[in-house]
Amino acid sequence: MVEVKDLVKSFGHFNAVDNISFKVAPGERFALLGPNGAGKSTTIKMLTTLLKPTSGNLYLNSHDVIKDKALARKSFGIVFQDPSVDTEMTAYENMQLHAILYNVPSKELNTRIKDLLELVELWDRKDSLVRNFSGGMKRRLEIARGLVHHPKILFLDEPTVGLDAQTRNLLWDYVNKLSAEKNMTIFFTTHYLEEAETNADRIAIIDHGQLLTIGTPSKLIKDSKSKSLEEAYLKLTGKAVRDEQANPHDAWRERQRARSMR
Amino acid sequence: MKAIYYLWLRQIKRFFRSKSRIVGSVGQPLLFLLALGYGLGSIYKRAGDGNYLNFLVPGIMAQTVLFAAMFYGAMIIFDRQFGFLKETMVAPTSRLKIMIGGALGGATTATMQGLLVLAISYVLGFRAAHPWMIPIALFIMFGLAIAIASFSSGIGSFVQDMQGFQAINQFLVFPLYFLSGALYPLTNVPTWLRYVAEVNPISYTVDAMRWSLIGVSKFGIAKDLIALAITIVICIIFGLNRFNHIEA
Ligand SMILES: Nc1ncnc2c1ncn2[C@@H]1O[C@H](COP(=O)(O)OP(=O)(O)OP(=O)(O)O)[C@@H](O)[C@H]1O
Ligand SMILES: [Mg+2]
Repeated sequence: MVEVKDLVKSFGHFNAVDNISFKVAPGERFALLGPNGAGKSTTIKMLTTLLKPTSGNLYLNSHDVIKDKALARKSFGIVFQDPSVDTEMTAYENMQLHAILYNVPSKELNTRIKDLLELVELWDRKDSLVRNFSGGMKRRLEIARGLVHHPKILFLDEPTVGLDAQTRNLLWDYVNKLSAEKNMTIFFTTHYLEEAETNADRIAIIDHGQLLTIGTPSKLIKDSKSKSLEEAYLKLTGKAVRDEQANPHDAWRERQRARSMR
Repeated sequence: MKAIYYLWLRQIKRFFRSKSRIVGSVGQPLLFLLALGYGLGSIYKRAGDGNYLNFLVPGIMAQTVLFAAMFYGAMIIFDRQFGFLKETMVAPTSRLKIMIGGALGGATTATMQGLLVLAISYVLGFRAAHPWMIPIALFIMFGLAIAIASFSSGIGSFVQDMQGFQAINQFLVFPLYFLSGALYPLTNVPTWLRYVAEVNPISYTVDAMRWSLIGVSKFGIAKDLIALAITIVICIIFGLNRFNHIEA
């Protein structure tokens, strides 16, 4: 279970996350959507102990993320939006170190690594230094690494960016299987709305650090009298392209517009 | 235990994979040995103090270990810049283990570099007073390496970029080293310099190295080892404290 209560994160005077609250049920597949700079990654960083919230409370698997970091860390796995592999180690070494850090039983370690590297088609490159991988290959390795251990809650921050269609499908099949078989909670962000529509049980849309709406994909579409999730999303967040933090007045105008749409 | 071992192994592997780091690690000490050892040797002899190369080698070994162990902090900054740091920071492995594993790895590679410099010194004509005491020198180097690797993990935890890290090297580590008596005897120096050397933790390691390799000590080995032990404890506490507060 994931619980976010009155969460705020400010950088100077700017609120990247501005008083957000929501809950995600165990086993649920939950998508956090929003334009560039909306505060999705910042929210995930706070949930995964990388950033300290300015105020508010966070619970993972009923552990207080701020007070019980160590217990909270035992509850989740994460695939980051930004690169996070060691490029001076081989693919196998990256997988192995991760498995050790996450206490994967040594009996299963080799088979799990092999299965996952085969899944993302990197098994024959397992002994190459990651430095020599293409961008997509690195991303595939990060995905595989994020799945080596089986956490209660899995965070995926734009997992499919830069992946080919085949790998995207493989990823979602695998993630959906994990969620169904192990009752794993999936918490993801994406800019591909159809991905959220097919793979999320519930969706939250945030913009300028504020929660605009939350509900099942069909509810979001119905409530905004739209035909597709994309239409609903655009109605809520506006059509303007985001120049992050460019002009506070613009940001304010956007916010007012978004409010009037609700 | 396993986590510590694999984090240690990562440092070892990365060291041996970087040819430039191995070459670079002995380049500077070699320059010091050649330029100072041969350049100042005759003056030193005329002053009646004996063989300068013998005097210099333990100091240069300490220098090598000092800067090599400082480099471990730079590795943390690289890990932050390349994003790998996040991977270890969110893992359900305690920060204590993560720091110990990495710092032990950094200390091991630093000690190996110190040994390499000893080997080169032998080629240049250096001879230990009692070869059977070389393992003691090794032990002292490792102690220094642990202290400095812990210290540098602390620095790497809150300094965000290499420029900041280099500034610490320039304004703290270099002065500590030059004022430690690694390059000149502390017997005939001005009083202020002697006082500085006496509160400088590096002086005691250099002195202990000298004691184990050429049988000469200014402070006495007991005092040296106590100072080294205190340095190790303080550096580990500092490193852990800072490392615990990393925000990636
Ligand atoms: N360390 C920081 N210092 C200052 N501002 C920051 C910091 N981290 C994030 N921000 C700002 O917070 C806002 C939210 O950023 P965040 O990365 O959470 O957006 P996002 O929703 O993940 O966007 P994207 O879809 O582009 O990944 C942005 O305006 C960003 O510039
Ligand atoms: Mg993001």
